Formats: sequence, structure tokens, C-alpha cells
Amino acid sequence: MSAAFDTVDTVEPEALPPRSGNRAWKKLKRNRSALVGLVLVSFFVLIALAAPLLPVPDPAATSWTAVRKAPSAAHWLGTDEIGRDILSRMIWGARASLMAGVVSVIIAVLIGVPLGLLSGYFGKWIDQIISRIADALLATPFLILAIALAAFLGPSLTNAMIAIGLSAMPVFIRLTRGQVLSVKTEDFVEGARAVGLGNGAIIFRYILPNVFAPILVQATLTIATAIIAEASLSFLGLGQQPPAPSWGSMLNVAKNFLTQAPWMAWWPGAAIFLVVLGFNLLGDGLRDALDPRES
Amino acid sequence: MLSYIARRLAVIIPTLILVSIFIFTLQKILPGDPALALAGEERDAATLEFIREKYHLNDPIYLQYINWAGSALKGDLGISLRTNEPVTKLIGSKLPVTIQLAVMAMIIAFLVGVPAGVLSAVKKGTVVDYLANIVALSGLSIPNFWLGIMLILLVSVNLGWLPASGFESIFVDPVRSLQTMIMPAFVLGTSLAATLMRHTRSAMLGVLKADYVRTARSKGVSEHAVIIKHAFRNALLPIVTLSAVLFGQLLAGAVLTEQIFTIPGFGKLIVDAVFTRDYAVVQGVVLCTAIGFLGMNLIADIAYFLLNPRMRSML
Repeated sequence: MSAAFDTVDTVEPEALPPRSGNRAWKKLKRNRSALVGLVLVSFFVLIALAAPLLPVPDPAATSWTAVRKAPSAAHWLGTDEIGRDILSRMIWGARASLMAGVVSVIIAVLIGVPLGLLSGYFGKWIDQIISRIADALLATPFLILAIALAAFLGPSLTNAMIAIGLSAMPVFIRLTRGQVLSVKTEDFVEGARAVGLGNGAIIFRYILPNVFAPILVQATLTIATAIIAEASLSFLGLGQQPPAPSWGSMLNVAKNFLTQAPWMAWWPGAAIFLVVLGFNLLGDGLRDALDPRES
Repeated sequence: MLSYIARRLAVIIPTLILVSIFIFTLQKILPGDPALALAGEERDAATLEFIREKYHLNDPIYLQYINWAGSALKGDLGISLRTNEPVTKLIGSKLPVTIQLAVMAMIIAFLVGVPAGVLSAVKKGTVVDYLANIVALSGLSIPNFWLGIMLILLVSVNLGWLPASGFESIFVDPVRSLQTMIMPAFVLGTSLAATLMRHTRSAMLGVLKADYVRTARSKGVSEHAVIIKHAFRNALLPIVTLSAVLFGQLLAGAVLTEQIFTIPGFGKLIVDAVFTRDYAVVQGVVLCTAIGFLGMNLIADIAYFLLNPRMRSML
């Protein structure tokens, strides 16, 4: 008995996730690309959060005297085909894009990670079933699956987020399962099992904290993919519905006015590009910062 | 070799059955009575009952699935509600268009991504490497539908060099075909080129540290020969197998590209089907994409097996 508790005493400090938060942050701060990514992401998040406070016109307010006006002092980014201020729609559109990116990844993580934990930890038939489901979902390319789901669920931003979240989920199942398979054979997990800890406690106290870093990196990179997916669905008319603004739907309309009002297409695409680039840079930086092999 | 393929097929077949169950279930998640959705405007009781009988909607759900899967196995994916044509025939007529687009995109991606990856690895830590990485990351971040719109604006509207839309088969009029497809292929190939560049760089960096490369250098082999003959040949293996997998993903990317350039391919078919609630076509396209994707994965596995001497020696 005492031997078992001795095991706990020696295992416990190792079992806790290494206190690498500060070290990772220091590494992240030294990575200039990651900092550029962080600045870009923070900028768009701030804009999205501050949208109601910013002195811009109502994004749905039309003006027949200002139809398709080029960028000017009155309308910094110009106006669209029914005289709405593009800057205002860009700012409010940031909310839809970022929310879609984050919410769909939350859906993917909340379903994918527990399934991956169960699959990797319990193995056997549970692993077989969950892995085959993940394989089946992965066999259908991300965007096709999202389009099909959005088509059957009906076009709306909420349904687009559900469709993107479900399409992104198998990646998290696979990733978590793989991580659990390597962590569950570690000494500290064996030790926890030896002292009689239940499966739930082992999973939540010992395994989950140790598989957290790669999930965080994947989540950051998947937000970038999800933002493009939402813009793609909105571009196809399957995401945010008019008159609510979203960058994808703005581009969908803009493509019909390329010769008369090219500025309608410039800004939404540039915004998608910058925010996705930001998340990609940040994700790459996080991967390097959290990778113990990187010195 | 055959046993290896048989083992891979043993994994693919249950996956395909699950995919088919999933695709079949899609129609079941339609809110309300599917007969109502299928009936469109004609919603009298007799029509609804006729539709229920025709599509076996009164049968238990497992029987409905068996009927559907049995027909799909025989190549019958149902009838398009929009055009009244068999879905298989519709897909068969659109697929060559998308395959041409995907092959051209793949060629462009290879011509850009692989040399850039090799150069970036050889010049690691220099401005060239840094620039190549920035361009690659930008290629991964740029939404291809926006890139398409911007290229139409620049190349077609402002410069008038290439047509903004349309399609001509390469077997009918090769010159016209290249003119209409080069821009969409470039758009579709951009993110692929970026992915290939990053993987080539990573594979080359690994190979350049290998003992046989060091030995070749110490024997006085020229740097050019070391890079091409010794390093690149060995780095090519993961890139070739990755390309087979990425080719499947190109089919998905084609959805948006075809929409922007009005190319009558596979991707446009699914988008048009979505808006006309042509569910049989949506199901058929998703099923065919999954089969294509799994098929390309199988080819990737076989290519890896054939190209890797270590795997072959395990026979």
C-alpha cells in the first residue's frame, strides 16, 4: 500500500503538465512572425468587439444617392450596389467571420476531443467504431462536406457554423487519439492506474493536460480554415444571409460589379486574407513555442 | 503486393459503407417530410403519396438504405429533379471538365511549389528562404475565390489578355482550352503549390542532413549533383504520395473555382444542385468525391509501397 502511495508521490510531480506556459510565451515573443500574427488577429478581434462603439453608419442603411461610390472622405472604403458603407459592413462582417471561425472550432473541439480521448484511451471496439466514423468523415473533403451539410440544414450562419464544425471534427478525433495513444503508456499514467485512480480521473487529470498543446495549435490553425470555409459558404449563398454583412457574401455580390465598382471586391478579400494569415502565423508560432524539441 | 492492396481495401470498404450511410442519412435530416421537399410546388396528397411510393419513403429506414445502396452499387444514383436525367450520367458528363482543371492545377502547383521548396531548403536561413516561406504562407491564407476575382479584374477586365469565363475541352480546341483554363488552374493550384513548397522544403531539409549526402559531398560530387541526384530523388517520395492525396482535395477546391469562372464541371454541379434542392445530385456528388478521395489515398499508399525500397523488401 505504502509502495503504491510512494509511487504516487514520485509520479505526481511528473504527472502534472510541465509548467511551460511562461517558457512557451517567451519563445512566442521571440518569434517575429508569430507576433505579426498575434497583432493581426488582435486587431480584427478588437474591431469585431468594438463594432457597436465605432462611429460608422448602420451597415444595413442604404442610400440611393451614394450607390457604388468609390472610396472618398465620406466613405473611406466606398459604397456598395445599394449605397451601403463598405467600411461599416467590413467592421460588422468581422463579427460574423471571427464568430464563425471560433464557434465552429469550439464545436469541432467539444465533439472531437472527447471522442478522441475515448477512442485512444479505451481502444478495442470503441476505438474501432470512432476511428471508422472519423475515417468516413475524412473521406469527404472538408468543403464538399460543409456544402452538403449546409445545403441539407438550410442556409444560415448558424447552420454554416454547425456544418464547418462537424466537418472539422474528425481532425480533432484523429489528433487527440494519436496523442492519447502515446501519453497513456507514460510512467505517470501507469502510476496513476497502479494507485487505483478511476478512468475519468486519469483522463481528465493526467491525459488531457498532456495532449492540450497540440490541440491548441490545431485549433488555432483550424480557425483559419474555418474562416475561409465560412467565407466560401457565404460566397456561395449558404452562410450569412442578407442584409446581415459577412465578408464572403460581400464578395459574392461584388463579383457582379467588377467593372463598375472593383473596390467592392478589394476589401472583403483582403480582410479574409489578413485574418487567415494572422491565425496561420500565430498557429505556426504556437507550434514552435509549444514543441519541446525546439530549443 | 496483392496482399498489401487487399489489406488497404479491407480498410477502405467499411469506410465507404459508413460514408454511404452518412450520405443516405443527409436526406433524413431534412426538416419535415422529405416527400414535401421532393414534391416542390406540387403538394397535393396524391402527388405526395406517389413520391413516397416511388422513393420507398414508406419503407422502414434500413430497407430504404439497402434499396438506395443497392441501386448505387449498380451505378444508379437516382434521377436529377432539375434536369430529369440520371445522376450518374450528369456526373459522368461533368467529371472530365473538373479532372482537366485539377490536372492543370496540379501541374502548375508542381512546377511552382517543388522548385521553390528545393530552393528554400538549399538556401535555408537566407532572404530567398524567408521570401519563399512568406509567399507559401500567403498562398495558404488567400481565399482562392478572391484570388480568382482579382485575377479576372486584372487579367481579363483591365488587360484583356484572357477570357474571364467559359470552357472548351482540351481534346476539341487545345489553344482555346488553355486560354480559358489557365487562370482557373492557377487559382486552384495556388494553395496546393504552397503546401507542396512547405513539404518539399521540409523533406529536403531532412534529406540534406543524411549521411549519404555528406558522403557524396566528401567524395567531391558537385553541389548540383548532390542536390538533384542524391537529395531531391529521395525527398521526392513523400511529395509524390502527398500529391495523390492532395489531388482528391483539388476536387473540393474546384467547387469555388468553377463557380467564379463559370466552368460547367463537378463543383458547379453540386452548387447548382444545392440551390435547386436537387438532393439526389448532392448525394451523388458527395459519394463520388468520397470514392475519388479514397481511391487517391489507395494510389498514394501503393505509390509509397512501390517507390520505397524498404517497404518492397518487406514482401
